[in-house]
Amino acid sequence: MTRTTEATPSRPGDIEAELHALFLRGLDGDHAAYHAFLQKLSVHLRAFLRRRLFGWPDEVEDLVQECLLAMHNKRHTYERDQPLTAWVHAIARYKLIDLLRSKAGREALHDPLDDDLAIFAESSTDASNARRDLTGLLETLPDRQRLPIEHVKLKGLSVTETAALLSMSESAVKVGIHRGLKALGKRVGNSS
Amino acid sequence: MKTDDLISLLAADTAAVPRRAAARQIAIALAAGVPLAILTMLLTMGTRPDLAQAIGLPMFWTKVLVPAAVACAGFATLARLARPGVSARPGGLAIALPVLLLWLMAIAAYAGSPPSARAAMVWGQSWRTCTVSVLMISVPIFVAAVLALRQLAPTRLAHAGACAGVLSGAAGAAIYAFHCPETALPFMAIWYVAGIAATAGVGAALGPRLLRW
Repeated sequence: MTRTTEATPSRPGDIEAELHALFLRGLDGDHAAYHAFLQKLSVHLRAFLRRRLFGWPDEVEDLVQECLLAMHNKRHTYERDQPLTAWVHAIARYKLIDLLRSKAGREALHDPLDDDLAIFAESSTDASNARRDLTGLLETLPDRQRLPIEHVKLKGLSVTETAALLSMSESAVKVGIHRGLKALGKRVGNSS
Repeated sequence: MKTDDLISLLAADTAAVPRRAAARQIAIALAAGVPLAILTMLLTMGTRPDLAQAIGLPMFWTKVLVPAAVACAGFATLARLARPGVSARPGGLAIALPVLLLWLMAIAAYAGSPPSARAAMVWGQSWRTCTVSVLMISVPIFVAAVLALRQLAPTRLAHAGACAGVLSGAAGAAIYAFHCPETALPFMAIWYVAGIAATAGVGAALGPRLLRW
Protein backbone atom coordinates (compact mmCIF):
# COMPACT_ATOMS: atom_id res chain seq x y z
CA MET A 1 0.00 0.00 0.00
CA THR A 2 1.39 3.37 -0.94
CA ARG A 3 0.60 6.55 0.81
CA THR A 4 1.20 9.96 -0.57
CA THR A 5 3.33 11.92 1.80
CA GLU A 6 1.92 15.31 2.56
CA ALA A 7 3.80 18.39 3.56
CA THR A 8 2.01 18.52 6.88
CA PRO A 9 0.99 15.41 8.71
CA SER A 10 -2.74 15.24 9.25
CA ARG A 11 -3.34 12.45 11.72
CA PRO A 12 -3.31 13.49 15.39
CA GLY A 13 -0.66 10.87 16.16
CA ASP A 14 1.66 12.26 13.50
CA ILE A 15 1.07 15.79 14.73
CA GLU A 16 1.85 14.71 18.28
CA ALA A 17 5.13 13.19 17.12
CA GLU A 18 6.07 16.21 15.03
CA LEU A 19 5.20 18.78 17.70
CA HIS A 20 6.86 16.70 20.38
CA ALA A 21 10.11 16.59 18.43
CA LEU A 22 10.03 20.35 17.80
CA PHE A 23 9.17 21.10 21.43
CA LEU A 24 12.03 19.00 22.77
CA ARG A 25 14.48 20.76 20.47
CA GLY A 26 13.03 24.04 21.67
CA LEU A 27 13.47 23.04 25.31
CA ASP A 28 17.11 22.35 24.48
CA GLY A 29 17.50 25.93 23.24
CA ASP A 30 16.79 25.65 19.49
CA HIS A 31 15.05 28.96 18.63
CA ALA A 32 13.91 27.98 15.16
CA ALA A 33 12.42 24.69 16.30
CA TYR A 34 10.68 26.38 19.19
CA HIS A 35 9.31 29.06 16.89
CA ALA A 36 7.96 26.40 14.52
CA PHE A 37 6.50 24.51 17.46
CA LEU A 38 4.64 27.55 18.78
CA GLN A 39 3.35 28.40 15.33
CA LYS A 40 1.98 24.92 14.70
CA LEU A 41 0.64 24.75 18.23
CA SER A 42 -1.22 28.03 17.84
CA VAL A 43 -2.99 26.71 14.75
CA HIS A 44 -4.36 23.75 16.68
CA LEU A 45 -5.16 25.78 19.76
CA ARG A 46 -7.11 28.28 17.68
CA ALA A 47 -9.30 25.60 16.13
CA PHE A 48 -9.75 23.79 19.42
CA LEU A 49 -10.79 26.94 21.25
CA ARG A 50 -12.88 28.33 18.43
CA ARG A 51 -15.02 25.22 18.41
CA ARG A 52 -15.57 25.47 22.15
CA LEU A 53 -16.05 29.23 22.31
CA PHE A 54 -18.59 29.42 19.50
CA GLY A 55 -20.67 31.75 21.67
CA TRP A 56 -17.79 34.21 22.01
CA PRO A 57 -15.78 34.31 18.78
CA ASP A 58 -14.09 37.51 19.92
CA GLU A 59 -12.45 35.74 22.82
CA VAL A 60 -10.71 33.09 20.74
CA GLU A 61 -7.54 34.93 19.81
CA ASP A 62 -7.14 36.37 23.32
CA LEU A 63 -7.34 32.90 24.73
CA VAL A 64 -4.93 31.50 22.12
CA GLN A 65 -2.42 34.11 23.24
CA GLU A 66 -3.07 33.46 26.90
CA CYS A 67 -2.58 29.72 26.36
CA LEU A 68 0.65 30.23 24.41
CA LEU A 69 2.00 32.51 27.12
CA ALA A 70 0.95 30.04 29.82
CA MET A 71 2.47 27.06 28.02
CA HIS A 72 5.67 28.98 27.50
CA ASN A 73 5.90 30.10 31.13
CA LYS A 74 4.99 26.66 32.46
CA ARG A 75 7.05 24.59 30.05
CA HIS A 76 9.23 23.36 32.93
CA THR A 77 6.22 21.33 34.10
CA TYR A 78 6.37 19.23 30.93
CA GLU A 79 8.32 16.02 31.25
CA ARG A 80 9.84 14.72 28.11
CA ASP A 81 8.37 11.24 28.16
CA GLN A 82 4.85 12.54 28.78
CA PRO A 83 2.33 12.72 25.90
CA LEU A 84 2.41 16.30 24.66
CA THR A 85 -1.26 16.15 23.71
CA ALA A 86 -2.28 15.54 27.31
CA TRP A 87 -0.14 18.40 28.60
CA VAL A 88 -1.34 20.90 25.99
CA HIS A 89 -4.94 19.82 26.38
CA ALA A 90 -4.86 20.13 30.16
CA ILE A 91 -3.54 23.71 29.99
CA ALA A 92 -5.91 24.77 27.21
CA ARG A 93 -8.83 23.25 29.10
CA TYR A 94 -7.75 24.93 32.33
CA LYS A 95 -7.55 28.34 30.66
CA LEU A 96 -10.84 27.75 28.86
CA ILE A 97 -12.65 26.83 32.07
CA ASP A 98 -11.09 29.82 33.79
CA LEU A 99 -12.44 32.12 31.09
CA LEU A 100 -15.88 30.57 31.07
CA ARG A 101 -16.05 30.73 34.84
CA SER A 102 -15.11 34.38 34.80
CA LYS A 103 -17.97 34.94 32.36
CA ALA A 104 -20.22 34.06 35.30
CA GLY A 105 -21.85 30.78 36.05
CA ARG A 106 -25.25 31.59 34.63
CA GLU A 107 -24.44 30.42 31.13
CA ALA A 108 -24.44 26.73 30.41
CA LEU A 109 -20.95 25.41 31.00
CA HIS A 110 -21.43 21.79 30.20
CA ASP A 111 -20.96 21.90 26.46
CA PRO A 112 -17.43 23.16 25.94
CA LEU A 113 -15.96 21.17 28.79
CA ASP A 114 -15.68 17.83 27.10
CA ASP A 115 -12.88 15.51 27.95
CA ASP A 116 -11.81 14.44 24.51
CA LEU A 117 -8.17 14.90 23.71
CA ALA A 118 -8.73 15.77 20.07
CA ILE A 119 -6.75 18.98 20.32
CA PHE A 120 -4.48 18.12 17.41
CA ALA A 121 -7.35 16.88 15.26
CA GLU A 122 -8.31 20.39 14.21
CA SER A 123 -6.38 23.27 12.79
CA SER A 124 -7.10 26.85 11.92
CA THR A 125 -4.58 29.31 10.54
CA ASP A 126 -6.70 32.39 10.07
CA ALA A 127 -6.01 34.36 13.21
CA SER A 128 -8.52 37.04 13.93
CA ASN A 129 -7.30 40.04 15.82
CA ALA A 130 -6.81 39.72 19.51
CA ARG A 131 -9.15 41.97 21.42
CA ARG A 132 -7.05 42.34 24.48
CA ASP A 133 -3.94 44.17 23.47
CA LEU A 134 -0.92 42.56 25.05
CA THR A 135 1.07 45.65 24.05
CA GLY A 136 -0.96 47.64 26.57
CA LEU A 137 -0.13 45.16 29.31
CA LEU A 138 3.48 45.23 28.22
CA GLU A 139 3.64 48.93 29.07
CA THR A 140 2.93 48.15 32.72
CA LEU A 141 6.18 46.19 33.02
CA PRO A 142 9.34 47.77 34.46
CA ASP A 143 11.84 49.08 31.89
CA ARG A 144 14.41 46.35 32.41
CA GLN A 145 11.80 43.83 31.25
CA ARG A 146 9.78 45.95 28.85
CA LEU A 147 12.68 47.37 26.80
CA PRO A 148 14.29 44.02 25.92
CA ILE A 149 10.87 42.63 25.02
CA GLU A 150 10.00 45.60 22.82
CA HIS A 151 13.30 45.53 20.99
CA VAL A 152 13.18 41.82 20.34
CA LYS A 153 9.51 41.85 19.43
CA LEU A 154 8.84 45.15 17.68
CA LYS A 155 12.17 45.70 15.99
CA GLY A 156 12.93 42.05 15.46
CA LEU A 157 16.43 42.49 16.85
CA SER A 158 18.50 39.61 18.14
CA VAL A 159 19.40 39.34 21.80
CA THR A 160 22.97 40.42 21.00
CA GLU A 161 21.83 43.52 19.10
CA THR A 162 19.34 44.43 21.81
CA ALA A 163 22.02 44.08 24.47
CA ALA A 164 24.36 46.42 22.57
CA LEU A 165 21.58 48.96 21.93
CA LEU A 166 20.37 49.06 25.52
CA SER A 167 23.90 48.73 26.90
CA MET A 168 22.81 45.78 28.96
CA SER A 169 24.59 42.44 29.15
CA GLU A 170 23.18 39.65 27.00
CA SER A 171 22.22 37.68 30.05
CA ALA A 172 20.41 40.72 31.48
CA VAL A 173 18.41 40.96 28.25
CA LYS A 174 17.56 37.28 28.43
CA VAL A 175 16.59 37.52 32.07
CA GLY A 176 14.51 40.63 31.31
CA ILE A 177 12.61 38.84 28.57
CA HIS A 178 12.17 35.74 30.69
CA ARG A 179 10.87 37.59 33.76
CA GLY A 180 8.82 39.95 31.62
CA LEU A 181 7.00 37.05 29.99
CA LYS A 182 6.29 35.53 33.40
CA ALA A 183 4.91 38.85 34.63
CA LEU A 184 2.89 39.23 31.44
CA GLY A 185 1.43 35.76 31.95
CA LYS A 186 0.34 36.71 35.46
CA ARG A 187 -1.22 39.96 34.32
CA VAL A 188 -3.07 38.28 31.48
CA GLY A 189 -4.41 35.71 33.95
CA ASN A 190 -5.62 38.43 36.29
CA SER A 191 -7.16 40.64 33.65
CA SER A 192 -9.49 38.01 32.22
CA MET B 1 -0.18 42.41 19.64
CA LYS B 2 -0.60 39.89 16.85
CA THR B 3 -0.29 36.25 17.77
CA ASP B 4 2.64 35.87 15.37
CA ASP B 5 4.48 38.66 17.16
CA LEU B 6 3.83 37.00 20.48
CA ILE B 7 5.19 33.74 19.08
CA SER B 8 8.40 35.45 17.92
CA LEU B 9 8.74 37.00 21.32
CA LEU B 10 8.23 33.71 23.14
CA ALA B 11 10.68 31.96 20.81
CA ALA B 12 13.32 34.54 21.78
CA ASP B 13 13.16 33.30 25.36
CA THR B 14 14.73 29.87 25.23
CA ALA B 15 16.27 29.95 28.65
CA ALA B 16 17.31 26.53 29.90
CA VAL B 17 14.48 24.63 31.53
CA PRO B 18 15.18 22.59 34.66
CA ARG B 19 14.37 18.89 34.49
CA ARG B 20 11.93 17.31 36.95
CA ALA B 21 10.95 20.79 38.09
CA ALA B 22 7.78 19.76 39.93
CA ALA B 23 9.37 17.23 42.28
CA ARG B 24 12.34 19.51 42.82
CA GLN B 25 10.27 22.61 43.68
CA ILE B 26 8.17 20.69 46.17
CA ALA B 27 11.26 19.07 47.70
CA ILE B 28 12.78 22.53 48.15
CA ALA B 29 9.54 23.66 49.79
CA LEU B 30 9.76 20.75 52.23
CA ALA B 31 13.41 21.50 52.96
CA ALA B 32 12.33 24.99 54.02
CA GLY B 33 8.99 24.13 55.63
CA VAL B 34 9.86 21.08 57.69
CA PRO B 35 12.59 22.74 59.80
CA LEU B 36 10.22 25.64 60.48
CA ALA B 37 7.51 23.18 61.47
CA ILE B 38 9.92 21.40 63.82
CA LEU B 39 10.84 24.76 65.30
CA THR B 40 7.15 25.57 65.78
CA MET B 41 6.70 22.32 67.70
CA LEU B 42 9.82 22.86 69.84
CA LEU B 43 8.98 26.47 70.71
CA THR B 44 5.27 26.10 71.41
CA MET B 45 5.01 22.64 73.00
CA GLY B 46 8.43 20.97 73.21
CA THR B 47 9.25 17.30 72.98
CA ARG B 48 7.76 14.86 75.43
CA PRO B 49 9.88 14.70 78.62
CA ASP B 50 10.41 10.94 78.30
CA LEU B 51 11.50 11.05 74.64
CA ALA B 52 14.71 9.15 75.37
CA GLN B 53 12.75 6.14 76.65
CA ALA B 54 9.93 6.53 74.14
CA ILE B 55 12.17 6.02 71.11
CA GLY B 56 12.57 2.43 72.25
CA LEU B 57 8.82 1.79 71.93
CA PRO B 58 7.07 0.57 68.77
CA MET B 59 4.11 2.91 69.40
CA PHE B 60 6.36 5.94 69.15
CA TRP B 61 7.60 4.81 65.76
CA THR B 62 4.07 4.01 64.62
CA LYS B 63 3.11 7.60 65.40
CA VAL B 64 6.07 8.88 63.40
CA LEU B 65 6.13 6.46 60.50
CA VAL B 66 2.43 6.16 59.59
CA PRO B 67 2.08 9.93 59.07
CA ALA B 68 5.49 9.95 57.35
CA ALA B 69 4.21 7.32 54.90
CA VAL B 70 1.14 9.46 54.22
CA ALA B 71 3.40 12.47 53.69
CA CYS B 72 5.54 10.53 51.19
CA ALA B 73 2.45 9.51 49.23
CA GLY B 74 1.23 13.10 49.44
CA PHE B 75 4.53 14.34 48.07
CA ALA B 76 4.46 11.99 45.09
CA THR B 77 0.83 12.85 44.39
CA LEU B 78 1.41 16.56 44.66
CA ALA B 79 4.30 16.35 42.19
CA ARG B 80 1.83 14.77 39.74
CA LEU B 81 -1.00 17.22 40.43
CA ALA B 82 1.44 20.07 39.78
CA ARG B 83 1.91 18.94 36.17
CA PRO B 84 -0.81 19.39 33.55
CA GLY B 85 -2.18 16.28 31.89
CA VAL B 86 -0.82 13.79 34.43
CA SER B 87 -3.23 11.49 36.23
CA ALA B 88 -2.96 11.58 40.00
CA ARG B 89 -5.43 8.77 40.60
CA PRO B 90 -2.96 6.18 41.98
CA GLY B 91 -1.90 8.83 44.50
CA GLY B 92 -5.21 8.81 46.34
CA LEU B 93 -4.83 5.11 46.98
CA ALA B 94 -1.25 5.51 48.18
CA ILE B 95 -2.39 8.20 50.62
CA ALA B 96 -5.31 6.12 51.91
CA LEU B 97 -3.35 2.89 52.35
CA PRO B 98 -1.35 3.78 55.50
CA VAL B 99 -4.51 5.29 57.02
CA LEU B 100 -6.53 2.13 56.33
CA LEU B 101 -3.76 0.03 57.82
CA LEU B 102 -3.74 2.23 60.91
CA TRP B 103 -7.49 1.93 61.28
CA LEU B 104 -7.36 -1.85 61.01
CA MET B 105 -4.71 -2.00 63.73
CA ALA B 106 -6.69 0.48 65.84
CA ILE B 107 -9.93 -1.51 65.52
CA ALA B 108 -8.09 -4.68 66.48
CA ALA B 109 -6.55 -2.98 69.52
CA TYR B 110 -9.92 -1.51 70.52
CA ALA B 111 -11.80 -4.78 70.13
CA GLY B 112 -9.10 -6.75 71.95
CA SER B 113 -9.11 -4.64 75.10
CA PRO B 114 -11.54 -4.74 78.03
CA PRO B 115 -14.50 -2.33 77.73
CA SER B 116 -13.36 -0.38 80.77
CA ALA B 117 -10.11 0.59 79.03
CA ARG B 118 -11.68 1.60 75.73
CA ALA B 119 -12.63 5.17 76.51
CA ALA B 120 -9.06 5.98 77.49
CA MET B 121 -7.81 4.52 74.18
CA VAL B 122 -10.05 6.90 72.22
CA TRP B 123 -9.77 10.09 74.24
CA GLY B 124 -6.33 9.72 75.83
CA GLN B 125 -5.27 12.79 77.80
CA SER B 126 -4.77 15.17 74.92
CA TRP B 127 -7.60 14.79 72.42
CA ARG B 128 -8.50 18.45 72.84
CA THR B 129 -5.12 19.66 71.68
CA CYS B 130 -3.91 16.95 69.30
CA THR B 131 -5.72 17.96 66.12
CA VAL B 132 -5.18 21.68 66.66
CA SER B 133 -1.48 21.10 67.34
CA VAL B 134 -1.09 19.10 64.13
CA LEU B 135 -2.79 21.94 62.24
CA MET B 136 -0.52 24.53 63.77
CA ILE B 137 2.69 22.60 63.08
CA SER B 138 1.63 22.02 59.48
CA VAL B 139 1.24 25.73 58.65
CA PRO B 140 4.85 26.45 57.54
CA ILE B 141 4.88 23.33 55.36
CA PHE B 142 1.54 24.23 53.80
CA VAL B 143 2.68 27.76 53.01
CA ALA B 144 5.90 26.46 51.45
CA ALA B 145 3.99 23.88 49.39
CA VAL B 146 1.59 26.54 48.10
CA LEU B 147 4.50 28.80 47.12
CA ALA B 148 6.05 25.88 45.24
CA LEU B 149 2.77 25.05 43.49
CA ARG B 150 2.43 28.63 42.33
CA GLN B 151 5.65 28.14 40.35
CA LEU B 152 4.18 25.01 38.78
CA ALA B 153 0.97 24.39 36.88
CA PRO B 154 -1.75 22.55 38.81
CA THR B 155 -4.94 22.42 36.76
CA ARG B 156 -7.20 20.91 39.46
CA LEU B 157 -6.80 23.54 42.10
CA ALA B 158 -9.00 22.09 44.83
CA HIS B 159 -7.32 18.70 44.45
CA ALA B 160 -3.86 20.25 44.50
CA GLY B 161 -4.77 22.33 47.56
CA ALA B 162 -6.15 19.29 49.35
CA CYS B 163 -3.03 17.29 48.52
CA ALA B 164 -0.79 20.10 49.79
CA GLY B 165 -2.92 19.91 52.94
CA VAL B 166 -2.41 16.15 53.23
CA LEU B 167 1.33 16.52 52.74
CA SER B 168 1.68 19.30 55.32
CA GLY B 169 -0.80 17.76 57.77
CA ALA B 170 0.88 14.35 57.63
CA ALA B 171 4.36 15.81 57.97
CA GLY B 172 3.03 17.94 60.82
CA ALA B 173 1.57 14.87 62.53
CA ALA B 174 4.89 13.03 62.25
CA ILE B 175 6.60 15.99 63.90
CA TYR B 176 3.87 16.26 66.54
CA ALA B 177 4.60 12.64 67.50
CA PHE B 178 7.78 13.88 69.18
CA HIS B 179 5.61 15.83 71.59
CA CYS B 180 2.56 13.58 71.85
CA PRO B 181 2.43 11.45 75.03
CA GLU B 182 -0.36 9.12 73.86
CA THR B 183 0.16 5.38 73.64
CA ALA B 184 -3.04 4.01 72.07
CA LEU B 185 -3.65 3.23 68.41
CA PRO B 186 -7.34 4.24 68.45
CA PHE B 187 -6.35 7.69 69.69
CA MET B 188 -3.95 8.06 66.82
CA ALA B 189 -6.41 6.63 64.29
CA ILE B 190 -8.92 9.32 65.22
CA TRP B 191 -7.07 12.47 66.22
CA TYR B 192 -3.98 12.29 64.04
CA VAL B 193 -6.13 11.44 61.05
CA ALA B 194 -8.49 14.28 61.98
CA GLY B 195 -5.54 16.66 61.91
CA ILE B 196 -4.52 15.49 58.44
CA ALA B 197 -8.13 15.60 57.23
CA ALA B 198 -8.50 19.13 58.57
CA THR B 199 -5.44 20.40 56.72
CA ALA B 200 -6.69 18.64 53.59
CA GLY B 201 -10.05 20.37 53.96
CA VAL B 202 -8.44 23.77 54.47
CA GLY B 203 -6.24 23.13 51.43
CA ALA B 204 -9.19 22.12 49.27
CA ALA B 205 -11.05 25.27 50.27
CA LEU B 206 -8.09 27.61 49.73
CA GLY B 207 -6.65 25.89 46.63
CA PRO B 208 -8.83 27.54 43.97
CA ARG B 209 -8.03 30.97 45.39
CA LEU B 210 -4.33 30.54 46.17
CA LEU B 211 -3.22 28.45 43.22
CA ARG B 212 -4.91 30.12 40.25
CA TRP B 213 -2.55 31.03 37.42
